[in-house]
Amino acid sequence: MYPSRVRVEDWSEKQDVSDRLTPYNWLFIQHAVVTVNGKEVELTLPRMCMHCVNPPCVKLCPWGAAVQEENGLSRIDSDLCLGGSKCRKICPWHIPQRQTGTGLYLDILPSLAGNGVMYKCHRCYRLLEQGEVPACIEACPEQVQSIGPRDTMVRKAHEIADAIGGYIYGEHENGGTNTLYVSPIPFNILNGAIEKGEGRPHFALVKDRMADANSLAAAMLLAPVAGIAAAIGKAFRQIRG
Amino acid sequence: MNGIDPAMQSTKENIVPEQIQTRDAGYYVYGFILGMLVLTGFAQMPIFKRYYIADIPGLAWLGNFYATHWMHYLFAALLIGYTTFLATTHLLSKGKWRSIQAAAGSMHFWILSGLILTGGLLVVRNLPNMHFPATFIILIDLSHLTLVMVFLVHSGFRFFFRRR
Repeated sequence: MYPSRVRVEDWSEKQDVSDRLTPYNWLFIQHAVVTVNGKEVELTLPRMCMHCVNPPCVKLCPWGAAVQEENGLSRIDSDLCLGGSKCRKICPWHIPQRQTGTGLYLDILPSLAGNGVMYKCHRCYRLLEQGEVPACIEACPEQVQSIGPRDTMVRKAHEIADAIGGYIYGEHENGGTNTLYVSPIPFNILNGAIEKGEGRPHFALVKDRMADANSLAAAMLLAPVAGIAAAIGKAFRQIRG
Repeated sequence: MNGIDPAMQSTKENIVPEQIQTRDAGYYVYGFILGMLVLTGFAQMPIFKRYYIADIPGLAWLGNFYATHWMHYLFAALLIGYTTFLATTHLLSKGKWRSIQAAAGSMHFWILSGLILTGGLLVVRNLPNMHFPATFIILIDLSHLTLVMVFLVHSGFRFFFRRR
Protein backbone atom coordinates (compact mmCIF):
# COMPACT_ATOMS: atom_id res chain seq x y z
CA MET A 1 0.00 0.00 0.00
CA TYR A 2 1.03 3.57 -0.64
CA PRO A 3 2.44 5.51 1.14
CA SER A 4 4.64 3.48 3.43
CA ARG A 5 3.12 4.99 6.59
CA VAL A 6 -0.14 3.10 5.92
CA ARG A 7 -0.30 0.49 8.65
CA VAL A 8 -0.97 -3.12 7.71
CA GLU A 9 -3.16 -4.72 10.38
CA ASP A 10 -3.39 -8.41 9.69
CA TRP A 11 -4.97 -10.43 12.48
CA SER A 12 -5.67 -13.49 10.38
CA GLU A 13 -2.84 -15.41 12.10
CA LYS A 14 -3.86 -14.12 15.54
CA GLN A 15 -7.55 -14.97 15.57
CA ASP A 16 -7.26 -16.54 19.02
CA VAL A 17 -6.25 -13.31 20.76
CA SER A 18 -8.92 -12.76 23.40
CA ASP A 19 -7.46 -10.21 25.83
CA ARG A 20 -8.32 -7.20 23.69
CA LEU A 21 -10.62 -6.15 20.85
CA THR A 22 -9.48 -7.36 17.44
CA PRO A 23 -11.22 -7.74 14.06
CA TYR A 24 -11.97 -11.31 15.18
CA ASN A 25 -12.75 -10.65 18.84
CA TRP A 26 -15.48 -8.08 19.44
CA LEU A 27 -15.81 -8.61 23.18
CA PHE A 28 -13.19 -9.31 25.81
CA ILE A 29 -13.16 -9.52 29.58
CA GLN A 30 -11.34 -6.71 31.31
CA HIS A 31 -10.07 -7.26 34.86
CA ALA A 32 -9.71 -4.67 37.56
CA VAL A 33 -8.36 -5.11 41.08
CA VAL A 34 -9.05 -2.16 43.35
CA THR A 35 -8.72 -1.56 47.06
CA VAL A 36 -11.78 -0.09 48.70
CA ASN A 37 -11.78 0.64 52.45
CA GLY A 38 -8.73 -1.56 52.85
CA LYS A 39 -10.43 -4.45 51.09
CA GLU A 40 -9.25 -5.78 47.75
CA VAL A 41 -12.05 -6.13 45.22
CA GLU A 42 -11.70 -7.84 41.82
CA LEU A 43 -14.10 -6.97 39.03
CA THR A 44 -14.50 -8.50 35.59
CA LEU A 45 -16.08 -6.37 32.92
CA PRO A 46 -17.22 -7.43 29.45
CA ARG A 47 -15.90 -4.75 27.08
CA MET A 48 -17.35 -4.21 23.63
CA CYS A 49 -18.85 -1.45 21.51
CA MET A 50 -20.75 1.12 23.59
CA HIS A 51 -23.40 1.52 20.83
CA CYS A 52 -23.73 5.28 21.28
CA VAL A 53 -27.17 6.87 21.07
CA ASN A 54 -25.73 9.23 18.44
CA PRO A 55 -22.78 7.20 17.16
CA PRO A 56 -19.97 9.24 15.53
CA CYS A 57 -18.77 6.09 13.70
CA VAL A 58 -22.12 5.89 11.91
CA LYS A 59 -22.82 9.58 11.45
CA LEU A 60 -19.36 10.57 10.21
CA CYS A 61 -18.52 7.59 7.98
CA PRO A 62 -17.89 9.27 4.60
CA TRP A 63 -19.32 6.32 2.65
CA GLY A 64 -22.34 5.42 4.71
CA ALA A 65 -20.75 2.05 5.44
CA ALA A 66 -21.90 2.16 9.06
CA VAL A 67 -25.54 2.12 9.99
CA GLN A 68 -27.61 2.53 13.14
CA GLU A 69 -30.72 0.43 13.54
CA GLU A 70 -33.88 1.83 15.09
CA ASN A 71 -33.30 -0.34 18.15
CA GLY A 72 -30.11 1.65 18.78
CA LEU A 73 -27.42 -0.83 17.77
CA SER A 74 -24.78 0.37 15.33
CA ARG A 75 -22.96 -1.84 12.89
CA ILE A 76 -20.46 -1.63 10.05
CA ASP A 77 -21.36 -3.13 6.69
CA SER A 78 -18.30 -5.24 5.87
CA ASP A 79 -19.29 -5.29 2.18
CA LEU A 80 -19.03 -1.48 1.95
CA CYS A 81 -16.32 -0.56 4.44
CA LEU A 82 -13.01 0.56 2.91
CA GLY A 83 -11.06 0.29 6.16
CA GLY A 84 -9.93 3.91 6.38
CA SER A 85 -10.31 3.60 10.17
CA LYS A 86 -11.89 7.03 10.56
CA CYS A 87 -14.50 5.33 12.77
CA ARG A 88 -11.78 4.14 15.15
CA LYS A 89 -10.17 7.58 15.33
CA ILE A 90 -13.42 9.38 16.11
CA CYS A 91 -14.79 6.71 18.46
CA PRO A 92 -14.21 7.98 22.01
CA TRP A 93 -13.23 4.42 22.98
CA HIS A 94 -11.47 3.53 19.68
CA ILE A 95 -13.55 0.37 19.43
CA PRO A 96 -13.55 -0.68 15.72
CA GLN A 97 -10.59 -2.82 14.68
CA ARG A 98 -9.17 -3.23 11.20
CA GLN A 99 -8.36 -6.31 9.18
CA THR A 100 -6.18 -5.43 6.22
CA GLY A 101 -6.29 -7.36 2.95
CA THR A 102 -10.01 -7.88 2.67
CA GLY A 103 -13.05 -5.95 1.46
CA LEU A 104 -14.18 -3.57 -1.23
CA TYR A 105 -10.97 -1.52 -1.37
CA LEU A 106 -9.24 -4.40 -3.18
CA ASP A 107 -11.60 -3.82 -6.12
CA ILE A 108 -11.16 -0.03 -6.24
CA LEU A 109 -7.70 1.40 -5.53
CA PRO A 110 -5.98 -1.25 -3.38
CA SER A 111 -2.69 0.63 -3.22
CA LEU A 112 -3.91 4.21 -2.93
CA ALA A 113 -7.11 4.20 -0.90
CA GLY A 114 -8.64 2.06 1.82
CA ASN A 115 -6.95 -0.56 3.92
CA GLY A 116 -9.34 -3.43 4.67
CA VAL A 117 -12.50 -3.64 6.73
CA MET A 118 -13.32 -2.30 10.19
CA TYR A 119 -15.03 -4.72 12.54
CA LYS A 120 -16.80 -4.28 15.84
CA CYS A 121 -19.66 -5.75 17.85
CA HIS A 122 -22.95 -5.53 15.95
CA ARG A 123 -24.92 -6.88 18.90
CA CYS A 124 -25.72 -10.02 16.91
CA TYR A 125 -28.36 -8.07 14.99
CA ARG A 126 -29.38 -11.14 13.00
CA LEU A 127 -30.25 -12.95 16.22
CA LEU A 128 -32.14 -9.90 17.49
CA GLU A 129 -34.15 -9.84 14.24
CA GLN A 130 -35.20 -13.40 15.02
CA GLY A 131 -36.24 -12.46 18.55
CA GLU A 132 -33.20 -14.08 20.16
CA VAL A 133 -30.54 -12.51 22.37
CA PRO A 134 -26.92 -11.74 21.44
CA ALA A 135 -24.46 -14.61 21.71
CA CYS A 136 -22.47 -12.98 24.53
CA ILE A 137 -25.56 -12.81 26.74
CA GLU A 138 -26.32 -16.44 25.98
CA ALA A 139 -22.73 -17.50 26.66
CA CYS A 140 -22.13 -15.56 29.90
CA PRO A 141 -22.09 -18.06 32.82
CA GLU A 142 -22.71 -15.25 35.32
CA GLN A 143 -25.69 -13.84 33.42
CA VAL A 144 -24.42 -10.31 34.08
CA GLN A 145 -25.96 -8.77 30.97
CA SER A 146 -29.52 -7.68 30.25
CA ILE A 147 -30.92 -6.35 27.01
CA GLY A 148 -33.99 -4.23 26.31
CA PRO A 149 -35.19 -0.76 25.32
CA ARG A 150 -32.81 1.94 26.55
CA ASP A 151 -35.22 3.67 28.92
CA THR A 152 -35.98 0.30 30.55
CA MET A 153 -32.27 -0.48 30.86
CA VAL A 154 -31.49 2.96 32.31
CA ARG A 155 -34.23 2.46 34.88
CA LYS A 156 -32.90 -1.01 35.72
CA ALA A 157 -29.34 0.33 35.98
CA HIS A 158 -30.51 2.95 38.49
CA GLU A 159 -32.35 0.31 40.49
CA ILE A 160 -29.21 -1.83 40.70
CA ALA A 161 -27.02 1.18 41.44
CA ASP A 162 -29.38 2.28 44.22
CA ALA A 163 -29.45 -1.23 45.67
CA ILE A 164 -25.67 -1.65 45.81
CA GLY A 165 -24.68 2.00 46.24
CA GLY A 166 -23.07 1.78 42.82
CA TYR A 167 -22.26 3.89 39.82
CA ILE A 168 -23.44 3.94 36.20
CA TYR A 169 -21.29 4.37 33.09
CA GLY A 170 -22.85 5.09 29.71
CA GLU A 171 -25.93 7.02 30.73
CA HIS A 172 -24.39 10.34 29.73
CA GLU A 173 -21.04 9.44 28.16
CA ASN A 174 -20.78 10.75 24.59
CA GLY A 175 -24.37 11.93 24.87
CA GLY A 176 -25.50 8.53 26.14
CA THR A 177 -24.76 4.98 25.07
CA ASN A 178 -26.87 1.88 24.69
CA THR A 179 -24.27 -0.20 26.54
CA LEU A 180 -24.54 0.61 30.24
CA TYR A 181 -22.33 -0.54 33.10
CA VAL A 182 -23.20 -0.62 36.78
CA SER A 183 -20.31 -0.95 39.21
CA PRO A 184 -19.93 -0.83 42.98
CA ILE A 185 -16.65 1.02 42.38
CA PRO A 186 -16.57 4.57 40.95
CA PHE A 187 -15.57 4.46 37.30
CA ASN A 188 -12.73 6.94 37.72
CA ILE A 189 -11.12 4.46 40.13
CA LEU A 190 -11.89 1.54 37.80
CA ASN A 191 -10.36 3.49 34.94
CA GLY A 192 -7.12 3.75 36.86
CA ALA A 193 -7.13 0.03 37.61
CA ILE A 194 -7.72 -1.43 34.16
CA GLU A 195 -5.20 -2.00 31.42
CA LYS A 196 -5.81 0.52 28.64
CA GLY A 197 -4.39 0.93 25.17
CA GLU A 198 -5.04 -0.33 21.65
CA GLY A 199 -8.09 -2.57 21.71
CA ARG A 200 -8.53 -1.98 25.44
CA PRO A 201 -11.02 0.85 25.99
CA HIS A 202 -11.04 3.19 28.97
CA PHE A 203 -13.73 4.13 31.49
CA ALA A 204 -13.06 7.88 31.45
CA LEU A 205 -15.70 10.59 31.22
CA VAL A 206 -16.57 11.40 27.61
CA LYS A 207 -18.33 14.55 26.49
CA ASP A 208 -20.81 14.44 23.61
CA ARG A 209 -18.52 14.57 20.59
CA MET A 210 -21.31 15.31 18.11
CA ALA A 211 -22.82 18.13 20.18
CA ASP A 212 -20.64 21.01 18.94
CA ALA A 213 -21.43 20.41 15.27
CA ASN A 214 -25.08 19.63 15.92
CA SER A 215 -25.53 22.91 17.76
CA LEU A 216 -24.33 24.60 14.55
CA ALA A 217 -27.22 22.95 12.70
CA ALA A 218 -29.45 25.58 14.29
CA ALA A 219 -27.18 28.26 12.82
CA MET A 220 -27.85 26.78 9.36
CA LEU A 221 -31.59 27.25 9.93
CA LEU A 222 -31.02 30.85 11.04
CA ALA A 223 -28.55 31.65 8.22
CA PRO A 224 -31.19 32.36 5.51
CA VAL A 225 -33.10 34.61 7.92
CA ALA A 226 -29.88 36.50 8.72
CA GLY A 227 -29.08 36.78 4.99
CA ILE A 228 -32.50 38.21 4.15
CA ALA A 229 -32.39 40.60 7.12
CA ALA A 230 -28.93 41.85 6.10
CA ALA A 231 -30.09 42.41 2.49
CA ILE A 232 -33.18 44.30 3.60
CA GLY A 233 -31.02 46.39 5.95
CA LYS A 234 -28.63 47.18 3.13
CA ALA A 235 -31.48 48.18 0.80
CA PHE A 236 -33.03 50.33 3.53
CA ARG A 237 -29.73 52.13 4.11
CA GLN A 238 -29.36 52.74 0.36
CA ILE A 239 -32.89 54.18 0.16
CA ARG A 240 -32.24 56.47 3.12
CA GLY A 241 -28.82 57.46 1.77
CA MET B 1 -8.37 71.21 -12.59
CA ASN B 2 -8.34 69.72 -16.16
CA GLY B 3 -11.87 71.04 -16.85
CA ILE B 4 -13.84 68.48 -14.82
CA ASP B 5 -16.45 69.71 -12.36
CA PRO B 6 -15.05 68.98 -8.83
CA ALA B 7 -18.40 67.53 -7.81
CA MET B 8 -18.35 65.10 -10.77
CA GLN B 9 -14.73 64.17 -10.06
CA SER B 10 -15.64 63.40 -6.49
CA THR B 11 -18.54 61.20 -7.68
CA LYS B 12 -16.32 59.20 -10.04
CA GLU B 13 -13.59 58.71 -7.49
CA ASN B 14 -15.90 57.72 -4.66
CA ILE B 15 -18.69 55.73 -6.25
CA VAL B 16 -17.09 53.80 -9.08
CA PRO B 17 -14.14 52.43 -7.11
CA GLU B 18 -16.48 51.56 -4.23
CA GLN B 19 -18.73 49.55 -6.56
CA ILE B 20 -15.74 47.65 -7.93
CA GLN B 21 -14.37 47.12 -4.45
CA THR B 22 -17.72 45.79 -3.22
CA ARG B 23 -18.00 43.34 -6.12
CA ASP B 24 -14.44 42.15 -5.66
CA ALA B 25 -14.84 41.69 -1.91
CA GLY B 26 -18.04 39.68 -2.44
CA TYR B 27 -16.33 37.54 -5.07
CA TYR B 28 -13.46 36.71 -2.74
CA VAL B 29 -15.72 36.10 0.27
CA TYR B 30 -17.83 33.71 -1.83
CA GLY B 31 -14.71 32.00 -3.17
CA PHE B 32 -13.20 31.68 0.32
CA ILE B 33 -16.37 30.13 1.74
CA LEU B 34 -16.63 27.65 -1.13
CA GLY B 35 -12.92 26.85 -0.92
CA MET B 36 -13.13 26.13 2.81
CA LEU B 37 -16.21 23.99 2.26
CA VAL B 38 -14.41 21.91 -0.35
CA LEU B 39 -11.30 21.60 1.83
CA THR B 40 -13.14 20.67 5.05
CA GLY B 41 -15.44 18.41 3.04
CA PHE B 42 -12.55 16.42 1.59
CA ALA B 43 -11.06 16.33 5.09
CA GLN B 44 -14.00 14.11 6.07
CA MET B 45 -12.26 11.33 4.15
CA PRO B 46 -9.23 9.81 5.86
CA ILE B 47 -6.77 11.02 3.23
CA PHE B 48 -5.05 14.15 4.53
CA LYS B 49 -3.15 12.31 7.24
CA ARG B 50 -2.40 9.36 4.99
CA TYR B 51 -0.92 11.59 2.30
CA TYR B 52 1.10 13.83 4.70
CA ILE B 53 -0.99 16.95 3.99
CA ALA B 54 -1.91 17.23 7.67
CA ASP B 55 1.84 17.03 8.43
CA ILE B 56 2.47 20.35 6.71
CA PRO B 57 3.06 22.99 9.41
CA GLY B 58 -0.19 24.87 10.00
CA LEU B 59 -2.38 22.19 8.43
CA ALA B 60 -2.50 19.67 11.28
CA TRP B 61 -6.15 20.64 11.86
CA LEU B 62 -6.99 18.94 8.54
CA GLY B 63 -6.31 15.63 10.27
CA ASN B 64 -8.81 16.36 13.06
CA PHE B 65 -12.15 14.98 11.88
CA TYR B 66 -14.20 16.72 14.57
CA ALA B 67 -12.58 20.11 13.90
CA THR B 68 -13.08 19.88 10.14
CA HIS B 69 -16.63 18.59 10.61
CA TRP B 70 -17.44 21.60 12.81
CA MET B 71 -15.80 23.97 10.31
CA HIS B 72 -17.73 22.38 7.44
CA TYR B 73 -20.97 23.15 9.28
CA LEU B 74 -19.80 26.69 10.03
CA PHE B 75 -18.93 27.46 6.41
CA ALA B 76 -22.13 25.79 5.22
CA ALA B 77 -24.09 28.18 7.45
CA LEU B 78 -22.06 31.09 6.05
CA LEU B 79 -22.70 29.93 2.47
CA ILE B 80 -26.43 29.67 3.06
CA GLY B 81 -26.51 33.08 4.74
CA TYR B 82 -24.35 34.76 2.11
CA THR B 83 -26.16 33.32 -0.92
CA THR B 84 -29.50 34.30 0.66
CA PHE B 85 -28.09 37.81 1.20
CA LEU B 86 -26.92 38.04 -2.44
CA ALA B 87 -30.19 36.69 -3.84
CA THR B 88 -32.31 39.04 -1.70
CA THR B 89 -30.09 42.02 -2.54
CA HIS B 90 -30.52 41.28 -6.24
CA LEU B 91 -34.26 40.84 -5.85
CA LEU B 92 -34.56 44.20 -4.09
CA SER B 93 -32.51 46.01 -6.74
CA LYS B 94 -34.24 47.36 -9.83
CA GLY B 95 -33.28 45.70 -13.08
CA LYS B 96 -31.70 42.66 -11.40
CA TRP B 97 -34.55 40.26 -12.11
CA ARG B 98 -32.90 39.13 -15.32
CA SER B 99 -29.67 38.32 -13.51
CA ILE B 100 -31.66 36.28 -10.97
CA GLN B 101 -33.29 34.40 -13.84
CA ALA B 102 -29.88 33.86 -15.45
CA ALA B 103 -28.38 32.64 -12.15
CA ALA B 104 -31.30 30.27 -11.56
CA GLY B 105 -30.79 28.88 -15.05
CA SER B 106 -27.07 28.34 -14.60
CA MET B 107 -25.44 25.01 -13.92
CA HIS B 108 -23.58 26.55 -10.96
CA PHE B 109 -26.91 27.32 -9.30
CA TRP B 110 -28.25 23.80 -9.70
CA ILE B 111 -25.05 22.11 -8.54
CA LEU B 112 -24.93 24.36 -5.49
CA SER B 113 -28.61 23.72 -4.77
CA GLY B 114 -27.97 19.97 -4.95
CA LEU B 115 -25.01 20.30 -2.59
CA ILE B 116 -27.03 22.32 -0.08
CA LEU B 117 -29.94 19.87 -0.31
CA THR B 118 -27.83 16.72 0.16
CA GLY B 119 -25.71 18.47 2.79
CA GLY B 120 -28.85 19.53 4.63
CA LEU B 121 -30.08 15.94 4.65
CA LEU B 122 -26.74 14.81 6.08
CA VAL B 123 -26.99 17.45 8.80
CA VAL B 124 -30.46 16.16 9.72
CA ARG B 125 -29.14 12.58 9.64
CA ASN B 126 -26.40 13.56 12.12
CA LEU B 127 -28.87 14.78 14.74
CA PRO B 128 -29.57 12.41 17.64
CA ASN B 129 -32.35 9.84 17.15
CA MET B 130 -32.48 10.34 13.37
CA HIS B 131 -32.56 7.00 11.58
CA PHE B 132 -32.41 7.05 7.78
CA PRO B 133 -32.46 3.79 5.79
CA ALA B 134 -28.94 2.57 5.01
CA THR B 135 -29.39 2.78 1.22
CA PHE B 136 -30.69 6.34 1.49
CA ILE B 137 -27.64 7.36 3.54
CA ILE B 138 -25.33 5.86 0.92
CA LEU B 139 -27.30 7.67 -1.79
CA ILE B 140 -27.00 11.11 -0.16
CA ASP B 141 -23.35 10.52 0.84
CA LEU B 142 -22.35 9.60 -2.70
CA SER B 143 -24.59 12.28 -4.26
CA HIS B 144 -22.93 14.94 -2.10
CA LEU B 145 -19.47 13.68 -3.08
CA THR B 146 -20.35 13.40 -6.79
CA LEU B 147 -21.85 16.90 -6.82
CA VAL B 148 -18.63 18.31 -5.32
CA MET B 149 -16.64 16.64 -8.09
CA VAL B 150 -19.00 18.09 -10.72
CA PHE B 151 -18.83 21.46 -8.97
CA LEU B 152 -15.01 21.47 -9.07
CA VAL B 153 -14.88 20.50 -12.76
CA HIS B 154 -17.52 23.09 -13.64
CA SER B 155 -15.85 25.83 -11.56
CA GLY B 156 -12.47 25.04 -13.13
CA PHE B 157 -14.01 25.20 -16.58
CA ARG B 158 -15.63 28.57 -15.75
CA PHE B 159 -12.41 29.92 -14.29
CA PHE B 160 -10.17 28.98 -17.18
CA PHE B 161 -12.60 29.72 -20.00
CA ARG B 162 -14.41 32.62 -18.30
CA ARG B 163 -17.75 31.02 -18.98
CA ARG B 164 -20.83 31.94 -16.95
